This record gives sequence, C-alpha cells and structure tokens, in this order.
Amino acid sequence: MATYYSEEHEWITVEGDIATLGITQHAADQLGEVVFVEQKEAGEEFEKGDEIGVIESVKAASEIYAPVDGEVVEVNETLADNPGALNESPEGDAWIYKIKLSDASQLEDLMDLDGYKALIG
Amino acid sequence: MTDAPKRTPLYDLHVELGGKMVDFAGWEMPVQYPMGIMGEHKQCREKAALFDVSHMGQVILRGENVGEKLETLCPQAYATLKEGKARYGFFTNDEGGIMDDLIVSNAGDHFFVVVNAALRHQDIPHMQANLEGVEVTEIFDRALVAVQGPKAEDVVGGLCPAARDLKFMETTLAEINGVECRVSRLGYTGEDGYEISIPEDKAVEITRAFLAHEDCEPAGLGARDSLRLEAGLCLYGNDIDQTTSPVEANLAWAIQKRRKEEGGFPGAARIQKELAEGPSRKLVGIRPEGRAPARQGVEIQSLEGETIGQITSGGFGPTVGGPVAMGYVAAGHNEPGQKVNLIIRGKAQPAEVVALPFVTQNYKR
Repeated sequence: MATYYSEEHEWITVEGDIATLGITQHAADQLGEVVFVEQKEAGEEFEKGDEIGVIESVKAASEIYAPVDGEVVEVNETLADNPGALNESPEGDAWIYKIKLSDASQLEDLMDLDGYKALIG
Repeated sequence: MTDAPKRTPLYDLHVELGGKMVDFAGWEMPVQYPMGIMGEHKQCREKAALFDVSHMGQVILRGENVGEKLETLCPQAYATLKEGKARYGFFTNDEGGIMDDLIVSNAGDHFFVVVNAALRHQDIPHMQANLEGVEVTEIFDRALVAVQGPKAEDVVGGLCPAARDLKFMETTLAEINGVECRVSRLGYTGEDGYEISIPEDKAVEITRAFLAHEDCEPAGLGARDSLRLEAGLCLYGNDIDQTTSPVEANLAWAIQKRRKEEGGFPGAARIQKELAEGPSRKLVGIRPEGRAPARQGVEIQSLEGETIGQITSGGFGPTVGGPVAMGYVAAGHNEPGQKVNLIIRGKAQPAEVVALPFVTQNYKR
C-alpha cells in the first residue's frame, strides 16, 4: 500500500489495482467549509486531467481533476449528506472515490509525501 | 506606478486576529478569521459580529441646500431628509441604470455619504462636477466599523449609551472612550446594528473595546456576503450595475413618492415608465431545490427550456441551511412559486422563485 500526491492536491492510496482518491488536508483548508460535492457515478471512466467532480465551499466552486486514467468503482455517498466531512477528515473517512487504475505506471508521475510537503511549503 | 492594495487602520489587528487577507477592490481585507465563514455568519445572526468596512468611501458634503442638489443626481427625496436621519439611495445614469448605491445622512451642518469602495473614484468626481456650490471632501483619516447582530446594541451601547436611543436609519455624533465618533444604526446584514466612523488613530483601541464584549467576534467579507445575500440586499457589480434600473432591481421602495411623481433625476423617463408599466425583467430570490449552489452567471430557464434570466449572486446560506441566490428573470416568470431550472455545469437543476429576503430582517424601527 502506497500513497501518492498530485499537484492538484489530491491523494491516491493504492492497494493492488484499486486505489482510493481524495483531496489533501491542505486543499480542504484552502477551500474553506465545504457545502456540496458533485461526484461521478460508479462505472464511469476517465482520463488523467479530466474533471471528475466539483467541490463547492462557502467561498467558491473547485474542480477535482483526475490524477490518473481509470474507472470509478465506488463513490463515497456519505459526502452527499455530510459534505462538511471533507473539512474534518479529507485524508480519512471523507475519501471521494475508489477507482480502478488503467495504467499503474502513471503513478510514477505523482509525488510522494515528502515531495508534496515540499510543494505546499 | 504600482497599485499595491491599500490597508485600513485595522490591518495589523486583522492579522493579529488571524484574518485571512485578500485583495478586495484594491484593499487588503479579511475574508474570514479562524472561526470560519459559517461560524461568523451565525455569530452575526445570533449574537454580534464586527466588520471592518473602512475601505468604503466616506464623503462630507458642505454647502447650501445640499439635499436639494443631491436630488439632481439621485431619485431619493434628500431635500426633505431630516437632521439625524440616514437614507439608502443610488446615483442613476441618463439611461436609468444605477451608477452606485450609497447611504446619505443629514448630519446637520453637513451631509455624510458612504459609497462603495470600488466606486469612490467615480462617485467623488461625479459629485464634484455636478453639485454646484457644494464642497465635496473625501475623508481618509477615519475608519468605518460595522457591529451587527441582535447583541449589537449591548456591544455598542455599553461604550456609547447614546447608541441605544437610535432607531433604524438614525445617526448621531457620540463619544466612545472619550473620542467623538459618528454612530449610525444601519448595516448590510439584515440584522440590527451600527456603522461607526472613528478617527483612525483611535480605531484599533475602540475596535478592541467592542471585541472585548463576550458576544462580539470579528467577521470577514465572506460572512458579509452570505449575510447580505440571505437578507436580499443588492451587491453593486453583481445584482445592480449601469444597465439595471432600480425598478428592475426591486428598489422602487427606495424612491420616495414625490420623486416618483415629479421625476427630475437622471434616467427618470425610463424609471417612471417602468413604474407605470412594469419592467421587462425583475430581480427575484431563487431557491435551488438541491444542495448545489447556483453562483453568479448561472443561466435560468423556464421548465420549457427557454432562457429567462441569469443568477447575479448566489451561494450557500448558513442560516437558511442550503443554497440561496438572486437573479433577474423576464417579466411573467417573477411570481413567487414559479418553478425554474438552473443550468449548473451543463445540467438542469430544479429551483423556485421565492420572495426576498430569505431571512426576516431584524431592524429596530
């Protein structure tokens, strides 16, 4: 099990060919209080760079961009009723999708925790 | 020439209090404090919140018959504004659009005007050029602080007993900690409260004194926007601009009867025609049925798929507990209860036209 980070402030934890994807605590802090999350549905496929969801905070709407190619296998439906969880535990219970990776080699383009920490300063 | 954002006399205090500073209309202002926008919003509805609004333009008008002369630029009855009273109004252009909105107070030996931060550079020359025989002086050495909420009278009245005697839209000079301030009972949140003009060298001391009250917390521009939106109050540049008439913007209440009948202000032809025949579009409240906020620029469609208007302000209303918005819809679609669709990221989301405001205004009449 390994966790990777994107420049768009997402994390992705890989176990076999399934990965869990969410936004980082840093991203959640920058967004402010989240009031709505728009998610794709299970079964939808996407490519790296595609918009795969939107997070609305009290301040603004922010898109979620796919850090890798893949397919949504599970959606965290608790976020519909409790979008504020994204502020509480964005790197824990408030994950956004479980996805199936199309090309595991894309993970090499992402950062590890140290690289991400350096990015956010 | 660099255009570094300006700082108000309270800048250092905002930073000390953990304010997250952003550039707003050329000013470095706090968008929120550690409490967060939702907490600050609820603080204002339930207790009292303090906002720095020193970026707004404070202007003094001196001369003979200032109120009468203002009537040549505004559709309000300022000639008959009594001493100690404040009145909301706007400058109109020759096409009947709104150049800016403002608050005018009759301070006895002068008139005191507060205009939007982004438009001070338009409004002051506009008054200087058109108010003959009136000395127009912009004040740069006073902070403007708003204390708003059901506990505002306790917070301000504790230091300034005269504030308790004011009613909504009344203004007076009064001492706070031995310093003469202009205290006006009005605001931009839908709650009871005050705006207090304070000499800049005493601004931090007096602001700290207000914040020392257990029910008063600082709030930023984020909460100010969600509070005014729930209260159905227009934001210049979003809901009103040079193209929108006061009748379209539901501001006909702010044009007094004599002015409606007599005209004599810029754009009177269009405004009087719209008063008589109704405008072609109207600003309404919009309540999305789902949870997705509808923000500025979102298209409003009839259930048949015809474009009928656009959202001008929208977001999450913490007191309402869901998304709220305002926007213009074509005449015939503006009755409360009308079902519409909002096109958010390409998808139609159901919504309803509702009466404004979204929350009851709690002014002390």
